[in-house]
Amino acid sequence: MTALEIAAAVRAGERSAVDVLNEHLARIDDRDGELNAFNVVTADAARAEAEGVDAAVAAGDDPGPLAGVPLALKDNMCTRGIPTTCSSKILEGWQPPYDATVVTRLRAAGAVAVGKTNLDEFAMGSSTENSAFGPTRNPLDISRVPGGSSGGTAASVAANFTPLGIGSDTGGSIRQPAAFCGVVGMKPTYGVVSRYGLIAFASSLDQIGPFANSVADAAAMFDVIAGPDPLDSTSIRDYSPDASAVLDRGVDGLRVGVIRELSGGEGSVDGLSADVLARTNEAVEVLRAAGAIVSEVSVPSATLGLSAYYLVAPAEASSNLARYDGVRYGLRVDAPTTGEMNTASRTAGFGPEVKRRIMLGTYALSAGYYDAFYGKALKVRTMMLRDFAQAYENVDVLVTPTAPTTAFRLGERTADPMTMYVNDVCTIPSNLTGHPGISVPFGVGDDGMPVGVQVLAPALGDELTFQVAAVLEATASGGVS
Amino acid sequence: MSERISRGDVEHVARLARLELTDDEIDLFTGQLGDILEHAADIEALDVGDIEPTSHPLPLVNVLRRDEIVASVDRDEVLAQAPANEAGQFRVPPVLGEEP
Repeated sequence: MTALEIAAAVRAGERSAVDVLNEHLARIDDRDGELNAFNVVTADAARAEAEGVDAAVAAGDDPGPLAGVPLALKDNMCTRGIPTTCSSKILEGWQPPYDATVVTRLRAAGAVAVGKTNLDEFAMGSSTENSAFGPTRNPLDISRVPGGSSGGTAASVAANFTPLGIGSDTGGSIRQPAAFCGVVGMKPTYGVVSRYGLIAFASSLDQIGPFANSVADAAAMFDVIAGPDPLDSTSIRDYSPDASAVLDRGVDGLRVGVIRELSGGEGSVDGLSADVLARTNEAVEVLRAAGAIVSEVSVPSATLGLSAYYLVAPAEASSNLARYDGVRYGLRVDAPTTGEMNTASRTAGFGPEVKRRIMLGTYALSAGYYDAFYGKALKVRTMMLRDFAQAYENVDVLVTPTAPTTAFRLGERTADPMTMYVNDVCTIPSNLTGHPGISVPFGVGDDGMPVGVQVLAPALGDELTFQVAAVLEATASGGVS
Repeated sequence: MSERISRGDVEHVARLARLELTDDEIDLFTGQLGDILEHAADIEALDVGDIEPTSHPLPLVNVLRRDEIVASVDRDEVLAQAPANEAGQFRVPPVLGEEP
């Protein structure tokens, strides 16, 4: 059953939320030993929530649009009284004193949170192999990674542990694992979903978004979490989207662009595999056949995105993660003085990738290098905003691959950080610009693993990304080679 | 090994970041950070002249709420999560007498 079907049945009193929950918990019991999608399953709290939903229905109240739908929360979303670790030893055992706004909103809409999912430590990674609690495996082939950093949430949705999941996306961490696991994942426009209670990685890039098995389910979840929040000063005040209302509008007359620099052709970045490019081209043809006007556009600075991102994101991270000092929360390693305690706690608590990025960011911000690296990366961000603005003068949306390849095998890319970082080449631009993007499954690669196609739109074009994805989904589920 | 960043640089940055690295980690990071910075050479070499930097995707404005007392997180709940607390405050080892 889809999330919307479950919610309809629960609201109508045809199914009990407790029964729905128990079915999903049984699947988790059965298979999560193998997948390791969850850091913690909060079965008792979930049962209490599900009973509350059933009680509301019995009393004649409407529990909300996501009534009784089991939900997975990436373990970098604060949940009051429930361990929140960011898959890091430095936060092991910490119980936040408040809930993230998305958690509050989803609960108010009737969704039932069943647990916290695994991620690359502090969301730094593209494979969920950087977790202090062991890697998550891809439900479609357990020798492969689920992508990352929201790999636990992607695996939970793909394995039908939960119909819905919450992720965060700083450089592709929703869209790439969605592509790898064959589910829908969407990164909203920066500021559309409150970041209150999302543990910060890179504050100017981080954005929370939905995972689901269908575009309609993802849209329903997006509609619940989107909208202004006084607790997030970067939240956009006058935008409350209704993506569910536009899903059947089609693409007739819509102008669709293909980015030359992410097309695999002349002037494109390297490393985009032939099977992924073939599916992307087929997706573009589907849109053309549905009435879209297709053209090629150039976004020259897209080739610089990777370099800019891997300066900006570590720079912001090195600042954000300075708060883990053993004083207010998390791990403390005792030492004679506070300074030595700070260093000992951080050294013991952070894993290798987090240390690498803190080091890189500290270097990029340090005296003598700031102008050459961080300062220039910020100017590339401006170039990218201008290039996309120019492209969007001629097209309404852009279509690219979500990731350069299908899901790779565990251990295949852990030795060399750069081979891991190139995963993000197609997703990074929308984080640097703050624009929305969605990944929708579209056929499979030569290895039989799912391929994700990405639809991008200008700022506040969130509804449009769902609208186009719905057309691609209708064709893909009809059977694409 | 790349020459973009030296072992000495890595040791200096680790001190700034309050991390203690083993000799093996210093070697590893010297090579890996060098590789990443090598990749960033395309940006380093770029002539960006008078382009304004963008540090944030939105135009940021200061947000103030009304000066009224509202519920906040509970102090005891926060302190209960700290490694050590005393008299309603976080407790830390001695700070004075340290090197800066």
